[in-house]
Amino acid sequence: MIKPSKSDRIFDICNKILVWFFILIIIYPLIYIISASISNPTYVNSGAMWLWPRDITFEGFRRVFENKEIWIGYRNTIFYTLFGTFINLAFTLPCAYALSRNDLKGRGIIMGIMVFTMFFEGGLIPTYLLVKNLHMTNTIWALLIPNALAVWNVIVTTTFFRVTIPKGLEEAAEIDGASTFRIFFQIVLPLSAPIIAVMGLFYGVSHWNQYFNALIYLSDENLFPLQLILRKILIMQEVAAQTVNLQGTDVAAIGEQAKIASIIKYAVMIVSAAPLLIVYPFLQRFFLKGVLIGSIKG
Amino acid sequence: MRMNLPNIAMKKETRMRINNLKTKTPLIPKKNSFLKYLKTHWQLYVLLAPALIYIIVFKYVPMYGLQLAFKDYMPSKGIFGSPWVGFDNFLRFFHAYYFWDLIKNTLLINLYNLILFPIPIIVALSLNELRDGRFKKIAQTITYAPHFISVVVFVGMLIAFLDPSTGIVNHVLGWFGIGPISFMTEPGWFKTIFVWSGQWQQLGWGAIIYLAALAGIDPELHEAAKVDGASRLRRIWHINLPGILPTIIILLILDMGNLMSIGFEKILLMQNPLNLDSSQVIQTYVYDIGILNGQYSYSTAIGLFNAVINFIILIFFNRIARRTGTSLW
Repeated sequence: MIKPSKSDRIFDICNKILVWFFILIIIYPLIYIISASISNPTYVNSGAMWLWPRDITFEGFRRVFENKEIWIGYRNTIFYTLFGTFINLAFTLPCAYALSRNDLKGRGIIMGIMVFTMFFEGGLIPTYLLVKNLHMTNTIWALLIPNALAVWNVIVTTTFFRVTIPKGLEEAAEIDGASTFRIFFQIVLPLSAPIIAVMGLFYGVSHWNQYFNALIYLSDENLFPLQLILRKILIMQEVAAQTVNLQGTDVAAIGEQAKIASIIKYAVMIVSAAPLLIVYPFLQRFFLKGVLIGSIKG
Repeated sequence: MRMNLPNIAMKKETRMRINNLKTKTPLIPKKNSFLKYLKTHWQLYVLLAPALIYIIVFKYVPMYGLQLAFKDYMPSKGIFGSPWVGFDNFLRFFHAYYFWDLIKNTLLINLYNLILFPIPIIVALSLNELRDGRFKKIAQTITYAPHFISVVVFVGMLIAFLDPSTGIVNHVLGWFGIGPISFMTEPGWFKTIFVWSGQWQQLGWGAIIYLAALAGIDPELHEAAKVDGASRLRRIWHINLPGILPTIIILLILDMGNLMSIGFEKILLMQNPLNLDSSQVIQTYVYDIGILNGQYSYSTAIGLFNAVINFIILIFFNRIARRTGTSLW
């Protein structure tokens, strides 16, 4: 073992500083949001609160949880995420399995048809008109069906099947007279827990965070996912009247409203982002696996 | 490279056919043999069917719908019954006073983003050099986290932080006697905020793929270089960087293919009437006049123009990359 030279030790220190720099610029805004959500809005807005919470209050969270819109949004998002992910898997897994089989005739053509759509597509308006003509607008299906499958995820899953499912196992089952369906459902799927987790997470996160399709396809507020409600509160800065309980329009009330709007803002960010941020470190290896399988070809 | 599945598949098929010829298998009439094949393999196609139907309906039917770009859409007649107008919609776009502004904004935002491509590479190289495994893990977990914040919350954060009177950024600038600056409504700031905030959100996640490539580098190269007395920095430069070069090229080509499309959902959220000069890009314009104003033909034409340019750029850069031996196909 060669002893690390002096220049290498200097390198190590500089590198650590660099990594700490990345960590700090990423973690600071996140800490700030947490602190701001439980601090007195006066301190937050004046800049007196800049790292740790001051004059702790849970008013923001209380108001958020009292807000009916947010609850409806939450409920809808959970539904879209669970049901949507289920549909995604039901489309992706069988297709990827078929594509992973060497004895599938026309595989090259089918792959070509799918991959081409990654580089060229009809675009926003023709897709929008199609969904409209299928009478899906303003129904839950508009958020579930037009995104039923992502070609990239099919490719990743296909690669997984090719690499991990032993061909001998399938052949043995075939000799024993098992049908393709049986092989897929009873042999391949039980061996595929990792890829099901990976795909479930990828699709699940995209459902949870998706707002654009809801924006263009939905007009009924009862169907709105959480992200659209957040857009109203955070971007358009509309605070639902019931949250604010605004009586009269005197200056004090307006000031009060601004304060409440501000405290709600940070609480709402946490309520929406927290589930993913808390869960993801535990599932990190699955996410990484997904990215890595995807890069096998690259 | 990443997309070469179809090629391999086809090559294998030809190879199999050649093998068949060599072994002189009696040639059965083609149609018959395929029916026979279907008899034993139809279930494979059943497994494929839902996905294939989805692709055809939701990807290829809209492509067919692109003919709208060459028509004058009348709701009563539908897409297919509306009269043809040739390239009128395109000419109208090319001659519109905002045409060059849209192109300029679209290209500038994406080129700006593209120049920053070394950031995730630097993150990966530097994470890769950490000797302390636990610290490395924690650093990775933290840097990946922003990837999971939704666009809506993320833009909400930007608006809150950059607010001229209550935002923390302006308070900090105030301590140094600068500002307040109304970042979100100042057109001059839009691109910088958009691009750098995007880097903040993706710098860790973007590094994953490079970290994977780094893990694949033969450790013997490093051992040999160590024996030769190469310093850490030199080993990064002469071993690690060339080792991940193919990955860098592939990702750059893919980015090039998106040169005119990146991140429009985020732009849409960051837009306001005051920064439109700098924030209106082709795709948000398509949304404005298509979805909001219902000018379907015109907006389809603009969208098609955008898609074709993207496709051409992708092919062009892929061709260049192929000369270096690394390409998508």
